[in-house]
Amino acid sequence: MIQSHLKELRRRNIKIIMSKNYFEIIRAGINSTFQDLGRSNLYHIGVPFSGAMDNRSYLLANKLAGNNHNYPVIEFAYQGPHLKYHGNKLNIVITGDVTFKIKKGNDLINGECYQSFILENNDELDIISTNKSVYGYLAISGKFDLKFQWSSCSINTKANIGSNKGEKISDNQKINLKEINTNYVNKKLNYINTKIENIRVIKGTNFNYFSEEGKKIFFKNEFKVSKLSDRMGMRLEGKKIENIVDTNIRSEGLIKGAIQVPADGNPIIMLSDHGTIGGYPKIGVVISADYDKLVQLTPGSRIKFQEVDLNSAENLFKLYELETQNLISQI
Amino acid sequence: MIKNISNLGDAALYCDFGKEVNRKINSQVIRYFKTIQNKNIVGVNNLTPSYNKLIISFDLKKINFNKLKKIIDNIEIINDDSIQNKKFEIPVCCEKDFSLDIKRLEEKLQMKEEKIYESFFDKEFFCYMTGFIAGMPFLGDLDKNLRAKRLGTPRIKVPKGSIGITEQFANIYTFESPGGWNIIGNTPLNIFNSSKENEPNLINPGDSVSFKRITKEKYQNYHE
Repeated sequence: MIQSHLKELRRRNIKIIMSKNYFEIIRAGINSTFQDLGRSNLYHIGVPFSGAMDNRSYLLANKLAGNNHNYPVIEFAYQGPHLKYHGNKLNIVITGDVTFKIKKGNDLINGECYQSFILENNDELDIISTNKSVYGYLAISGKFDLKFQWSSCSINTKANIGSNKGEKISDNQKINLKEINTNYVNKKLNYINTKIENIRVIKGTNFNYFSEEGKKIFFKNEFKVSKLSDRMGMRLEGKKIENIVDTNIRSEGLIKGAIQVPADGNPIIMLSDHGTIGGYPKIGVVISADYDKLVQLTPGSRIKFQEVDLNSAENLFKLYELETQNLISQI
Repeated sequence: MIKNISNLGDAALYCDFGKEVNRKINSQVIRYFKTIQNKNIVGVNNLTPSYNKLIISFDLKKINFNKLKKIIDNIEIINDDSIQNKKFEIPVCCEKDFSLDIKRLEEKLQMKEEKIYESFFDKEFFCYMTGFIAGMPFLGDLDKNLRAKRLGTPRIKVPKGSIGITEQFANIYTFESPGGWNIIGNTPLNIFNSSKENEPNLINPGDSVSFKRITKEKYQNYHE
C-alpha cells in the first residue's frame, strides 16, 4: 500500500518537473538580454528607451511566433546562447541573419531564420553566430517568466534595470517559461535583410560648430565602425572632424541616433541604451527610417552619411513603416 | 520663455531657452517640462529638461514636428508653484580612498584641501536636472573659487556614490560609470532606487541639496 503510494508520488513528481518548462543556458553568448519595445517617458530621470535594437526583426519574430507584438524575446549579439530545453513541445523562431543548429538526440538540424521550429524535451538550440550583422532575436510561442520594470522587461545593464536583475543572461543560469502557446501555426517568411552602408542624417543643432572642411569630411568621407560599439553607442573612426567653436556644449538631452563629435573629432552615434544627457556638439541625427539598419553594421563596416531634410526623412519613415506592415501582413 | 524651437532629427523638438545658465531660466525649463508632462500629448514619448533646453521626443507614427511645434507654440504654461520642492542633506566622506582628485584640485585651484572642503560643504545647491545615468543630479552653483575643468582623460570607471565637481556644478554618480568630473568624496546614500517605480530618484529638478561631511566610521556604519 505504502509502496504503491510512494510510486504514485514519484510518478507525479516526475510529472510536476516535466510540466515546468525551462531553458538551461550552456553558453550565454556575448551579449544576450531580454528585450521588448522598451520604456518611455523616463529620459528626465536618466533612463533611456532600451528595447530591441533592430525593431523590425523584433516585431517579425513575435508575429512569426504567433505572439502579441510586444512580447519579450532574447536578443543576442555576434554569438548567441547555446540552450538546452526541458519541457513540453515548444515552437521557436529566430530572426535576423543568424546561423544556428538544433540538436535532437543524435540528429543535428541546420536552422533557418524567419521560420518555425519545434523544441522537445532535451533538445538543444545552439545559436552559433550572426552573419554580417550584429543582432538576432529568439522568440518562443509563449512567455518567458520575467520581472518587468516600468512595464518593460528590457535589460539595461548600465543601470541594472529590467528583468534578470538588469544583467546579461549568464552561463549555467536557468530561464523559466511562464506560458506555452500550443495553438501556434507553422510559419515561414521569405525575407532578406538588405544591408545598407549609406546612412541618412539630418543636420544636428551644432552643425555650425565644425569647420567647412570638417562638414565636407562628414558628408563625403567614409567612416569605419569601431570595435568599441555596443547597445549604448557606436563609435566611428575616420578623418578628424575639426571643431572651430567649442568642443563642449552645456549638457543637454540626447536622443537615439544623435551623432556627437567629441574633441578627438571621431563621431559617436547614440544607440538605444545611451546616456540621456551629453555635452558634446551634435553634428547630425540619423533618420528614424535608417535606425534598424544602422545598428546591424558590424565593427569594421564602412559608413557614409548622406544629408536629407526633415520632409524627406518623414516620407522615408512612412515608406519604412509601410514596408514593415507589409511584411507583417504576409505572416 | 522658449526663444527658439527647432528639430533635432525627425523625431524630437529642440526648445532653446537662451544661452545663459541660471536658476531663473532653469525654473522656466522645469515649468514647461511639468506642464507638458501633465498634458499627456498623444505621441510625445519623452521629455528631457536640462539647464537651458528642453527636448521633446515623439513617436513619428503618431505625430510629426510641425504638428507638435504648433501645440507647444500655443501651450499655456501654468505658473503653479504648488509642487513642493524638497530639501536634502547628503552625507559625504572625504577619506583618501574616496577623494580621488583632491590633490589634483589643490593644484588646479591653488587651494589647500581644507579650504576646498570649507567652500563646498554646508552650502545650498539647486538641482538643475537629472540624467546621463539614471538618477544622477546636476547641482549648482559652486563657489567661484572651486570651478575647475574636467579631467583631461575621463576615468573609465568612477565608483558609485562619488561626488564630482566641474565648472559651476556638482554631481553624484548614482552608478559606477565612466566620467570626467573631479571626485572629492563619496556618499553612502542611495540616490536612485529602480524598485520604487513612481519615485526612483531621491533628488529631482528644483530640489535643494546641501552636503554634510562625515567621518569614515560614520560612513561605514551608515544605514538609510
